[in-house]
Amino acid sequence: MREMIKMVVVLTVLSSFSGGLLAALRNGTQERIEYQQLKFVKGPAIRAILKGCSNDPIVDRFKIKDGDVERSFFVGIFDGKPKAVAMESIGKGFGGPIGVMVGIDVDADKIAGVGITTHSETPGVGARAKTDPTFVAQFKGVPLADTFKVKADGGQVDALSGATVTSRGVSAALTEASAVYKRLKPKLIEKLKTYSK
Amino acid sequence: MAKTLTQEFVKGLWEEIPPFRLVLGLCPTLAVTKSVENGIGMGVATAFVLVFSNILVSALRKIIPAKVRIACFIIVIATFVTVVELLMQAFTYPLFLKLGIFIPLIVVNCILLGRAEAFASKNGVLASAADGLGIGIGFTLALGALGSLREILGSGTFFGKAVFGPAFQPFSFMVEAPGAFVCLGLMLCLMNLAGKK
Repeated sequence: MREMIKMVVVLTVLSSFSGGLLAALRNGTQERIEYQQLKFVKGPAIRAILKGCSNDPIVDRFKIKDGDVERSFFVGIFDGKPKAVAMESIGKGFGGPIGVMVGIDVDADKIAGVGITTHSETPGVGARAKTDPTFVAQFKGVPLADTFKVKADGGQVDALSGATVTSRGVSAALTEASAVYKRLKPKLIEKLKTYSK
Repeated sequence: MAKTLTQEFVKGLWEEIPPFRLVLGLCPTLAVTKSVENGIGMGVATAFVLVFSNILVSALRKIIPAKVRIACFIIVIATFVTVVELLMQAFTYPLFLKLGIFIPLIVVNCILLGRAEAFASKNGVLASAADGLGIGIGFTLALGALGSLREILGSGTFFGKAVFGPAFQPFSFMVEAPGAFVCLGLMLCLMNLAGKK
């Protein structure tokens, strides 16, 4: 009996110590890990979209509450003024969710650039959305519309040949991004003012 | 205990070098040694866990009841593996992305449990630390050597830098899974030849 109690006590104490240590470490590193993830997973897309900005958009990021969810915005400062923001929205692709980073020119309400962050599309087919720069280049400078659709569905987006589902997913993500942008624009402008020098 | 601390340390480097002499811990050995960087990264992560788990197991060896010792060892090992995982995410994120699932899998690496059971639970703290450090460095060296061989022959690079001229045709068999087995076999063969009296 004594042995049994000892076993339970030792295991319990050891596990609690382990849990406490890990919880503390997790709290301590959370912010850094978030920054690293943004830098290496989303960073390339953000930098491509906000090309030529004078700041680090990953450092200059903020969150706005949109109903129940919080959305992150990355600020691009050009000539000392915060002219563009990038935000991510998710579209449903062929192999799973597609993360689409959308850069928006705040003064003109135009798309500053689009980049794919994460996806699990078929290599050589849907994955060209990320690897073929001509696909995302078509969105540059396009005014924000209420809906984005591929041409086959009566819209304006040139689909990747053979990857209509992927192209639809990207279009849906753009539609969502522009809806979110319109909904949050007043708050967004307020926040952006704090970044101008 | 006639052995000195130095002897405990040195035996891990040659006499008991894990993948080649003990033939333990082959899962990461075969899977991550596609390049030197991955091999050494994995080795250092394992060495870190090994040293700390050995120290803790040895310090607690009188408290841990014999019947639940394996469970206790696993808690200790799993805690340190999670510590490594969090630290890698926070500081060396690209390496973390490359090693991926093999970091959490250090928990089930035979070397760790083997050292805890066979050495740390029977020896003092200092000797266990020396043993962990020796075995850990031996493991890193072994992974580094295997990684160099496979990277140089398989991709024609060393630490990502090209070593041969542009005319070099990569022997890509070496960076695939079968190449790992062949390399390991050849290494074992060489070690046995060299160790023959």
